[in-house]
Amino acid sequence: MDKILLILKREYISRVKKKSFLLATFLMPILIGGMYALSIYLSVKDSDEEFLIKVIDESGYVADKIEAKGVAKFEVVKGQVDSIKKNVEEGEGFALLYIPKIDLYDAQGIELYTMQTPGMELESDVDDAVENALEATKMDKLGLRQNTLDSIKTRVSINSKSLSGEASTSGSSKVAMAIGTISGLLIYMFILIYGSQVMRAVMQEKTSKIVEILVSSVKPYQLMMGKILGVALVGLTQFALWMILTFAILSIGPMLMDVDPQVAADAASGMSVAGSAGSKAQALEAMDKLNDVLGEINIPLILGAFLYFFLTGYLFNAALFAMVGSAVDSEADTQQFMMPIMMPVIVSMMMLGPVLKDPGGDLAFWLSMIPFSAPIIMMVRIPFDVPTWQLVLSMLLMIVGFMGTTWMAGRVYRIGILMHGAKVNYKVIFKWMMSKD
Amino acid sequence: MNILTINNISKSYANHKALSDVSMVVPKQSIFGLLGPNGAGKTTLIRIINQIINSDGGTIEINGEPLNQNHVRLIGYLPEERGLYKKMKVGEHLLYFAQLKGLKKKESITKIRHWFKKLDIPDWLDKKVEDLSKGMQQKVQFIGTVLHDPELIILDEPFSGFDPINANIIKDEILELREKGSTIIFSTHRMESVEELCDHIALIDQSHKILDGLTKDIKNAHRSQTYLVNHLGDIGSLDSYYKIVESIPMEDNLIETKVRIKNDSDSNLLLKHLINQTKVVGFNELIPSINDIFIQTVKKGNHG
Repeated sequence: MDKILLILKREYISRVKKKSFLLATFLMPILIGGMYALSIYLSVKDSDEEFLIKVIDESGYVADKIEAKGVAKFEVVKGQVDSIKKNVEEGEGFALLYIPKIDLYDAQGIELYTMQTPGMELESDVDDAVENALEATKMDKLGLRQNTLDSIKTRVSINSKSLSGEASTSGSSKVAMAIGTISGLLIYMFILIYGSQVMRAVMQEKTSKIVEILVSSVKPYQLMMGKILGVALVGLTQFALWMILTFAILSIGPMLMDVDPQVAADAASGMSVAGSAGSKAQALEAMDKLNDVLGEINIPLILGAFLYFFLTGYLFNAALFAMVGSAVDSEADTQQFMMPIMMPVIVSMMMLGPVLKDPGGDLAFWLSMIPFSAPIIMMVRIPFDVPTWQLVLSMLLMIVGFMGTTWMAGRVYRIGILMHGAKVNYKVIFKWMMSKD
Repeated sequence: MNILTINNISKSYANHKALSDVSMVVPKQSIFGLLGPNGAGKTTLIRIINQIINSDGGTIEINGEPLNQNHVRLIGYLPEERGLYKKMKVGEHLLYFAQLKGLKKKESITKIRHWFKKLDIPDWLDKKVEDLSKGMQQKVQFIGTVLHDPELIILDEPFSGFDPINANIIKDEILELREKGSTIIFSTHRMESVEELCDHIALIDQSHKILDGLTKDIKNAHRSQTYLVNHLGDIGSLDSYYKIVESIPMEDNLIETKVRIKNDSDSNLLLKHLINQTKVVGFNELIPSINDIFIQTVKKGNHG
């Protein structure tokens, strides 16, 4: 045990001191902070910008009713289309909206002429403005009043509740989906990035020929486990630093940038929930809803499960990666063995969609039991409430799974690290695994 | 007293036998040469002693005890395939090796400094391994092997990669370690260093031990009563007691002749006989070198 600790310590310290580790650890939060700052900046900037659009209305339905909408301002003009077009070209206004004689009930042929391609936001604002104007005209013709129409409109908000458990949880499935997908993705990244680091480290020890000196002092199994655990600790350190730094940047950043925190909050909630920053009221509503949902989701459970599957998923795969690293002589030889290790991980990512559609279905159940896909798929399911027995079973199977892979890997490793220049294929690996001590 | 006793060790891999029924004893404070052609099984035997792999059968005792995990601390092993972590500092690296052998940190650092001084190495504690020359890295590896004062030091081709000056330094260290009580097992192909250093040898070929014992006994056993005679003028014909193996004319009428004595005679009688026949300027016994014995024995084994 002492020796595993020594190996773990060396592995950890040598990795944490590396420039690439420091760079990745500090760059990532800054990148996230930067994106956040950019989105605040854009949302603040956007609200100032307006586009003047000249309107020629030959139909007579729009001119009286059109109103400014979002970033679009309108000015009704009279005159020839060609001459107004020329004016726009010379910089008078941003665009020309041309409405020909149209059928009120089937508006076709409306055109927007611009010098620059209009943004999506402007286009949808112009669309809305024209629709509103046409609707208003129709209402007039039918003798309807706005308040009559308003009184007909009904708003219903349905909360979905699960049947299981006394403390039935409700929640926006969108947020659950986001949490599940993000944690699944993080686990996926962690397994692939740190798993291949284990592989490379094992291979380097073998090719730099240091390994025979080491195994004269420690058992091969201790060497392998020390390495796997050391790299795991590096990953956890990086992850923890990312969380802390990102949180620090997000909370301190706006203060430094001297931005009204409310605006920042709008931007943030706009980003995550509403999709695009709408009006202040809309954003606040979304923010409240987000808080509600977060309050209803079992955060300790998700965090706990995340850490658990994060670690066991890594251990399960890292042993396989170590096995490959010990068997080959060069990076190029790893290709043929990487495929079967990567495949289940990649397939689990591809299964995210179907699982999200039916988080309680058969596919989701089985994929969350098989240790190859369980870490990712179970994390996707947890925000949607998983029966306790399923969660516990999946967790136990993970332990069985990684004990199995480390046993297998240990047996291949002890022989592989001492084999130089041997031609290695699956048959050879299997033979090593089965060979006696 | 023997530090290491090997009894009937066998080991086979999937498609070949690496060791068959090998037994030998290594006396305490000896320098023991483990010789054999490539693929004979030397490295396998060394790995078994180091508990890196297990044998299929047979027993090994160290100081009379069956081999176990505690013995790791007693052995220092320098494998033929050896390397260092390039990015690590020399001090950290040696400390790591020492700690893996079970030494305490403080003790290790004192010993590292002691060895630096001894091998005339400047203070490299903070120097990165990759900045050292190959020869210097070899020195660091040697220090790593002996840092924990092992009773049994196993060196596999220790001189490969050393220039003659550094090889001599290491040779002197080996002799000094033996004086201080360590036993050295020495696996090599370089016969001149075997002759110089080893008081015992064992020869392994095709998984079998085919020869072992004191170096001088083995040499004696391989003497063939052959003498090298340098003489001026023709040697003439010799008695039936003697056989001329070969005769090579050298410069200035000098001839070098190898004469083998058959039974019932000795060197004195041969010399007396020769003096009457020619002018003898040199007379020496041809003692086989370990290299000759090695080649001769291995060849015999292959033909048998």
